Amino acid sequence: MVRATHWLTFIAFIALLVTGGEIVISHPRFYWGEVGNVNTKPLFVIPIPASRDTVPTGYGYVMPDQNGWSRYLHFEAAWVCVLTGLVYGIYGLVGGHFRKNLLPGRRDLNWRAYADRAAQYLRRKPPDSAEETSYNVLQRATYSVVIFVLFPLIIWTGLAMSPAFTAAFPWTATLLGGRQSARTIHFIDSGLLLLFLVVHVTMVAVSGFRSRMRAMITGYGSDSTCDSREDR
Amino acid sequence: MNKISRRKLIYGGVAAAAGVGGLAIADRMAKRYGLIPPDGGGVYGPGETLTYACQRLLTVNRPAREFPRSMISKNPFANEIAAPTHEFKRLEAGGFRDWRLVVDGTVAHPLALSLADLKTLPVRSQITEVACEEGWSYIAEWIGTPLSGVLREVGVLPQTRYVWYNALEKNGWDSIDIAEAMDPHTLLTMGMNDGDLPVPFGGPLRLRVPRQLGYKSVKFVIHITATDDIKKFGKGLGSVSPEYGYAWYAGI
Repeated sequence: MVRATHWLTFIAFIALLVTGGEIVISHPRFYWGEVGNVNTKPLFVIPIPASRDTVPTGYGYVMPDQNGWSRYLHFEAAWVCVLTGLVYGIYGLVGGHFRKNLLPGRRDLNWRAYADRAAQYLRRKPPDSAEETSYNVLQRATYSVVIFVLFPLIIWTGLAMSPAFTAAFPWTATLLGGRQSARTIHFIDSGLLLLFLVVHVTMVAVSGFRSRMRAMITGYGSDSTCDSREDR
Repeated sequence: MNKISRRKLIYGGVAAAAGVGGLAIADRMAKRYGLIPPDGGGVYGPGETLTYACQRLLTVNRPAREFPRSMISKNPFANEIAAPTHEFKRLEAGGFRDWRLVVDGTVAHPLALSLADLKTLPVRSQITEVACEEGWSYIAEWIGTPLSGVLREVGVLPQTRYVWYNALEKNGWDSIDIAEAMDPHTLLTMGMNDGDLPVPFGGPLRLRVPRQLGYKSVKFVIHITATDDIKKFGKGLGSVSPEYGYAWYAGI
C-alpha cells in the first residue's frame, strides 16, 4: 500500500510540478495579501519571460501560452494526489505505518540522535544494519514534514486560490492572509517539495540506485532474506 | 515471487468490484443531478467532473466572498481586450443608448432590454474580487442588477439547465449552469467603484460571475439565452474556452 501510493503520488507530483511551472510562467510575480497584479508592488519576481504580454518582465519576448491544458492536468493530477493521500493517510493511521515507521520514536526525541545520524552521513559511514528495514531519525523527520506539513499545506493553499472553494470556506483564504498570500505559499511549498524530491532521489542514487529502486518497487530489500517489510 | 495470498486476492477482488460499482452509481447520480460539465469528456474529464461536482455541491447557497470598502484596489488591472468592432464604436459614439441585451431561449417572454431598462430593475452593489486564471487579482465594487431578476422577469422555464451568454466581439460566448445564474451575486454589471463601468473593464455591460475566475465574467454582453441543451452551442463544450484548451468550469 505504501509503495502503490508512493508511485501514484510520484506520477501526480511530476504532472503537478510541470503544469504548475507552466501556470506560473503566465504571471511570474508574487504578492502578499489578498490582491496583486501588474499595478501592485510584488513581494518577489522570478526573472523569466512571461507567457503573457501584459506582464512587464523586461524581456522583449513572450513565451507560448500553455495554461489551458496545464490547468486541466494540474487539477486532475491534484485529484490523484489528494485521493491517493487520503488512502495513504487512512492506511497509515489504521495500519500503524505512521506510528511504527514514520514518526520518530521516543528515544529519538533529542538533538543528539539527529546530530549523530547527520554526522554519520557526513562521514559517509555506511548505514547500520537496522536501517535495512526501517527509516533512520533523519528520514523519519524529513518524511514526516513532507507528509504532515508540506503536502497538506500545498493542498490547502491550492484550494485557497479557488474563488468557489473560498466562497464555501472563506477562512481558508483569510487565515493565510489572503488569496495572493496563498499563491505565494503554494509556490514556496512547491519549491520545498522539489528540493525534497532532488535530495530523495540523490540519496536513493547514492545508496545504490538499482537495489533501492528494486526495494521501492517490489518491497524486497537488496538482502533477499528481508521478506517482512512491515510497510507492504 | 508467488507471495500473493488467497485472502489478498479476495480482498482485492471485493475492493475492485466495490470501486467499479461505486463509480457506476456515482456516474448515474452525477448525470441525474447535472454534475458533469459540458467539457467532461476526454482525458481531463474525470478531473473536471470531480472538481465541478464537488464545488457545485459545496457552493450551494454560499455566495462569493465580499470585502470591506477599504480593500477596494486603488489601481485595478483591466486585462487586454480585443480591438473594438465597428459596431461597438458606433454604439459607444451614441453613448450606448442603442445597446440592447436580448434575453431569449427557454423563457416565457423573450425581451430586448436597453441599459436604461436594466437600470429600472433592483440595483445591487457588491465588493468582490476578480481573480484571473494567470494568478493576479483585484477587488472592486460592482454595481448592477442580478441576472436572476432578469431571468424571472422573462419567465425562465423550469427545464432550463444552462444560461448561455454572448459578447459583442468575436468568440466571446460562454455559459453557466442555472444554479450559478440564479446566484444573487451573478450580476449584470453596469457600474464600477461608484462610476459607470469603463470600457476596458467590460463596459457598458459585463456579466460578473464572482465565484469563478475572471474569464467567465464576459465583457460587452449583448445576448443571453436560457437553454435546456448546452450541447447545441458551438462544439458542444459549453463555451468557446474549451475550444482554446481552457476549462468550461472556472471555479478553481
